Order: sequence, then structure tokens, then C-alpha cells
Amino acid sequence: MPPSYRDVPEDDLQPLATGAWILGAGGGGDPYHALLNMRRLYGEGRSVRLLPPEALDDDALVAVVSTMGAPLVSEERLVDPAVCARPVRMMEEYLGRRFDAVMSLEIGGANALQPFMVAALTALPVVDADTMGRAYPEAQMSSFAIGDLRPWPLTLADVRDNGVVVARAASWKWMERLSRKACTEVGSVAATCKAPRSGREVREWGILHTVTRAIALGRAVEDARRHKEDPVQAAIAAGGGMAIFTGKVTDVERRTTEGFLRGSARIEGLVDDAGSTFSVDFQNEFTVGWIDGVPRLSVPDLICVMDQVSGEAIGTEALRYGQRVRVVAFPAPELQTRPRGLRYVGPRAFGYDLDFRYVFEEAS
Amino acid sequence: MRRIGIDVGGTNTDAVLLVDDRVAAAVKTPTTDDVTGGVVDALRRLIASLGDSAGPIDAVMIGTTHFTNAVVQRRGLARVAAVRIGLPSGASLPPFIDWPPDLAEVVRGHVAMVEGGHEYDGRPLVPLDTEALRQAARRIRDAGITSVAVTAVFSPLTSECEGRAADILRAVLPDVHVTLSHELGRIGLLERENATILNASIIDLAHRTTRALREAIAEAGVTAPLFLTQNDGTVMRAEFAEAFPVYSFASGPTNSMRGAAFLSGVRDAMVVDVGGTTSDIGHLKGGFPREANRTVDVGGVRTLFRMPDLLSLGLGGGTLVDPDERRIGPESVGHRITREALVFGGGKLTATDVAVAAGLVRIGDPSRVASLPPETVRLAVATFREMIEEGVDRMKVDARPLPLLAVGGGSFLVPEELPGIGEVVRVEHAAVANAVGAAIAQVSGEIDRIFSGMAREEALARAEAIARRRALEAGAEPSSLEVVELEDLPLAYLPGDARRVRVRVVGAAATPLPEPAPDPR
Repeated sequence: MPPSYRDVPEDDLQPLATGAWILGAGGGGDPYHALLNMRRLYGEGRSVRLLPPEALDDDALVAVVSTMGAPLVSEERLVDPAVCARPVRMMEEYLGRRFDAVMSLEIGGANALQPFMVAALTALPVVDADTMGRAYPEAQMSSFAIGDLRPWPLTLADVRDNGVVVARAASWKWMERLSRKACTEVGSVAATCKAPRSGREVREWGILHTVTRAIALGRAVEDARRHKEDPVQAAIAAGGGMAIFTGKVTDVERRTTEGFLRGSARIEGLVDDAGSTFSVDFQNEFTVGWIDGVPRLSVPDLICVMDQVSGEAIGTEALRYGQRVRVVAFPAPELQTRPRGLRYVGPRAFGYDLDFRYVFEEAS
Repeated sequence: MRRIGIDVGGTNTDAVLLVDDRVAAAVKTPTTDDVTGGVVDALRRLIASLGDSAGPIDAVMIGTTHFTNAVVQRRGLARVAAVRIGLPSGASLPPFIDWPPDLAEVVRGHVAMVEGGHEYDGRPLVPLDTEALRQAARRIRDAGITSVAVTAVFSPLTSECEGRAADILRAVLPDVHVTLSHELGRIGLLERENATILNASIIDLAHRTTRALREAIAEAGVTAPLFLTQNDGTVMRAEFAEAFPVYSFASGPTNSMRGAAFLSGVRDAMVVDVGGTTSDIGHLKGGFPREANRTVDVGGVRTLFRMPDLLSLGLGGGTLVDPDERRIGPESVGHRITREALVFGGGKLTATDVAVAAGLVRIGDPSRVASLPPETVRLAVATFREMIEEGVDRMKVDARPLPLLAVGGGSFLVPEELPGIGEVVRVEHAAVANAVGAAIAQVSGEIDRIFSGMAREEALARAEAIARRRALEAGAEPSSLEVVELEDLPLAYLPGDARRVRVRVVGAAATPLPEPAPDPR
């Protein structure tokens, strides 16, 4: 096998956080605390290796990790790498087998750095892949669910050394419900290790090379800022994105239902879009966007709202009246746009009577 | 109502006497290194200018950058013991994480992390480790540290752990200053903790400064309660400011914008404050500056202070104009303008010289700029316009045309007409707008907390009651209180109808401060 690992230099951490926050598509949580943890771990001499999915053995055992819960709770109960590693060790004990690598459930938001924190402590390599290519509100929206892979077992741990094993679940939805219940009980934040995957499963059903993609995206934005160039344009170029709308937020409405932050925002057009209105719905992440009442784009494509000047991604919780923004679309992973994928992450999975439109295809 | 407003800036100390709604007197004096010297001087000159009509004063409101400067310049800061209550959570990110190393070096006296804290719904995270707190108190005592910052997980929700910690610390260290995070900050542990530590590090300085200011006022023959201005455009009585000096960080621009609103009678407007080096652009809504909705760095430390959303441009009266490179600023001659600008006999071409040549203003000796090439003047004036136009447009969040208030010593650089602006308003006393803003400041009380397990109406009512209580503590007149901001945000992934509620109430400063009720017998 060719040399396959790449040492991740400390210089890649900030771009990874910046890129992951953009790929969060309005959700996923701010990676700031995870980034501080990583800087500290690197400062202690620890480091992380990145492994291309192609280099995984078929029968390698891969841990899929995430922090689940309310982003607001994480503002007070700061993420801790030692706690992130706990469910991984629990799973190894439960299976009676050691992991060969670790990967993220979602590359969007704070969870992009979850496997890095685990890897820095355990010396496992991080697989250059995730299961969403972005952030989604529910665990059954992962590509492993789309692939109909086995949803169990799952381990969950909190700071007090509470541990839960969900040994079996009838479906991905059931796994989401059972684990969500346990998570709520321990204070709405918990570290999890999802159903373990083989190297072959990761290659077949994972969303591949998304760590590299996030780093490249973040680096492009930061380089642009440093050189006083347009960071939004840099993100579009680096991420294969498309400029959708430019305007000013004129209305934001939020509500919570079934534990999700749902709502909508209205953006009045400026410059080339003057006279038009962009409206966008969100369920933790941005879901569907309309221009003058006509659907323009939707999940699974990534809808990102970025500050017009700084290029900073704006989360659905931070969206407010008066912000000047640019709406940018990034293409969904191909798997999610197939009929099978759309069943899990298309507009209908979010309750919209809409067909998914291929905005990127029409452009090319 | 007769109030004195004083703004202690980096260069000048401005003072005004406001009689009801009228500026009765205004003076400008140089700021002194000890701050109080300039204040005494300004007060004396203000009173002298009034002659026999000085009369009794109801209140003195002072805005100062002294505390911010202490942090920015790392001067006069006390060593602090940071006590974090929240283990086993947050162990990997201890207090002072992500601080600039030079500042941490000066302020970090001791760090203790102990078990305790709460969940978002008010359940204890783990039992509070009182023995560990006692041990920490003894270590703090042995290290000779006299100021402690206590931060507990979810203390904005329930302050129980911080209160118990304060009792334990005071039992071991009777004279210690204790700053509790729930009195200062919002949800967001690290940012709240940072603010608490900064507060603890300047609390000694605050005590000394307010004492000196009180003495300065007495020395000038004024007997009136003293208030200090805060960064949100309101004031707190000096006794309260002594305990929470961080609230006064960066109150200058806010005072200036509030003063502009008062002087013009316009409550909803864009404001451009053109100083010697920069122009600050902000948006007034209902007479208050729109606040920045993001983390704010103070001396390199991340905090969640209420700060006005400001855009600072490198354009002021002293900004250098380079006709060869067709470049404007950002370098400025600053307070040396009266020596170095062409119209004052100097050798440097500044924005003021260009404005004089273009006939926008008459300052100094216009003949000294008569020979400037018209093309240079035209281009520079066009660039000033572009800079201000773009800045105003960036800060404007309302499509409707708004008036623009032009204040500050360099306000002649603001063009008469701008797109999206209904009218450019220029006001009398614009040069001392910041002191006027201090003089008119009201008292506020604020809360930002999570409520769960109750209906929305009840959550809002409870929040409002707390905000009112805080305003009274800060020195507000009870009958004048009104709610100026009320917002609630439902929270994702939390059961029990959890919502984050933010309420701000504002009222008039109580003058005189309430006396104890007379004995009815």
C-alpha cells in the first residue's frame, strides 16, 4: 500500500474550523471551543494524522463520533476531548475489539473537530470523510442511513461518567429517538460513538474527502481576508459554490417545535438583486430558499448565509434584522441527490411538498 | 434639572452643564495623566463660566476611558484568583484560555477549578465541592491575592453556587473583593468568565478612581451624586460602578451618539462622529445606539459586552492627504493638527486643509491652501464623500431614508447629501456631544437568562421583574422605569419550552439618591 497518512499541521486547524462552520449551512454549532482544545493538545505535543478513505482496509473498524445536544448548553458545558474519547473506549469494550480509525458524523460545525479531539488523545488516525458533507438536524440523515447500514449499537457518555449503550434499535429513526432521550436526561449534551463501520462501508457509503474540502474552503476564506480580497467569492471558488442572492435581512421569525429551532428569514435584495426578495426557512440548518415566492434551492444542497464583508458564516441562531449578507449555495454530495438520498434529506424529508431542483446542473 | 456631564477622552476632557434641555455652558480642557486633574480643571472652568448663575447641581455624570485603557495598556491591573465552579465539565479549557499571554501574565494570580454548577434547567450538575472551595480560599490568602473572580456553570440561570462560594471566600478572606459572574454576563461561560476576571483586575483601580473623582467634584465645590456612564448609553451610580467597572468599557462612542440624538431631537438616525483620526459611524434606534450582536474583544480578550455597533473609518480632520499617490490616510497628525496642518502654518496636507480649500469650512489661514491644484482638492473631496457614503450605507439597516447626524470636530467632512439619507443634520455644541450624552444618560437594568418549565408570559414577567430590580440597584427612579427591549428566543434541542429571554428597562437617574425612609414615630 502507498504511504497514505498525512500529518495535519497545526496551521490547518483554524481553516478546518472556518470551513466547517461554513459547511454547517447555518447549524452545527460554532467550533470555537473545539478549536481551543485542539490548539491546547497540539501545544502539549500531540498531533493528528489524516487518512484517505482509499487507504482503509476493508475490515478496518471505524468509530463515527459526534457531540449531540443543544449548542447553547455547550456554551456553558465546554467540550472536553477526554469526554469525547469516552464513548469510543466504551464501544471498544462493548465490542471487544479496538478501533483502527475515527471519523466525524458531520463535517458541518463543531462536530468536524470531534474526531480530531478523539484522535489527539487516542493516536487513532482521522478518516478524511464524514456522513453528511454538511450539518443536518438528525442522525438518521447520515449517508450510512441512506445506505441502509445497521444503525446500532451506539454508546453515549457525559461528563459525570454516565454511560449508555443503545444495544439495538429498530431503525435509524428509533436510534435517534432513543439516544436523544438519553442525551436530554444528562443535560442535553453528550458525546456519542455511533454504530461502528467497516473500512469497506466507509468507502462505499461515506461522504469522502470532506475534511480536506473543509480545510481548503476555510483556507481560501482566510487567505482572502488577509489579502483584503472578497472572502465570499473565495469561498465560492474553493467550494464549487454559486452566488444566489445579495441583500439585507429584514425579518427573522423563530420558534421551537419538537426540539428544533425552526423559523424563517426574509432578505431584501441589494445591488443586482434590488427589487427582489429572498426568503429562507430553517430547521437548525437552512432548508429551502425562495426568490419572490418561487422555490430557488433546497436541501440537500447547502444554503449558506455569509456576511457580505467578512465572509463569516451566519448561524440560524445569530441571524438578525439588518445584517448585510450574501446567500451562497454549495452542491450536495451526489449520493444525497439520488432518489434514495432525497428520501432522507430532500425537501420532503423536512415536510415540504417540493421536488428537489438541481441548481448546479442548470448552471453548467 | 441641572446636570453636569463630563467626558474624559484620550486628548480632551469635555464638560457641559445641562439645565433642563438646554446646554447652559460647555468647556474643553486637556486630559491629564491622573484623569482627576483634568476633571477638576474642567469643572472649575465650567462653574467659572457661569458666574453667579451656577446654582445647585442635581447630578454629575462622568464618562471615562480610564478602565478600558488600563486593560489595553496593561497598567494598574490587580492579580486575580479565578475560581471556576463546574468540574467535571470544562476541565480542558481552564480560566485564561485564549488570553493574550502578556495580559494573562499580569492578571493570573491563581486558578482553582472545583466541582459544582448547574444544568440548563436548574438541576445541579454535581454537588458543590465546598471543601475544595475552602482549600482554594486558603491558597488565595496564602498567595496574598485580594481580588477573586467566581464563575459557575449556568450561573445566569441560578446563582446559588456563586453565592455560596462568595460566603466561603469571605469567611477565610474577610477583606477580599469578590466578583460573581452572574452579575455581569450572559450565557457563554468563557466570555462571562473573561469579563468577571477583567472586572476583578480593575476593581481596585475603580475604587481609587471613583474616590478621586468624588474628591475632585467636592474640591470644585459641587455637592451632587456621582454617576459613571456605561457602554450601553446609560449610567450607574458610582457605588455600583465601583463594583462593576467593566460596564463602563468603551462608553465614549455611545455617549457621543446619544448626545447627538439629544442635541438634534432626532431619535432614529445614522450618526457620523468625525474626530481627528477616525470617523465612527453608527445607527441610533429610539435614541440608543444599535448594539453589536457578537463577541467583543477588550484588550485582546473575548467578551460579550453590550457595545454599540460601530464602523470606524480612517478619516478625520487630521487625516493625511497624499496627492501624488492619490491616497487618503489612514495616518493622521491627530492632536498635532494645530501645528502641522497647512492652514495652521504647518507643512502637512490634511483633510482639514482640503476642506478649507474647497470652501467647506473656514479654519486657520485659508490663503495658505489657495495654491492647491483644484484637481487635487476635487479628487480628495470626492474620496471623503465615497468613504463616508459607503460606511453609512454599510451600517444602515433600514431601507427607508433616515436623517444623518454629523457631529465631532471634523463634521465638516460630511457631505450635504447622501443616498438613502433624508437630511444631514448639523447641531450646535456638536464638538461636546459626548459630554452631553453623559449628562442626559438614564439608568438601566438588564437580564439575559434561560427560563424553562413555564409559559412564555410567565418567563417574560419574571425576566422583567429582575431587570427592574437591577435598574433600581443601579440608581434608577422607580416611577420612571420603562421596558425598552424585550426579546425571547426559543432554544433548539431543549425540552420544557426553554427560552432565552432578554429584557432591558431604562429610567431616569434618581436625584437625590433615595434616603432611608424617615422614621414615622
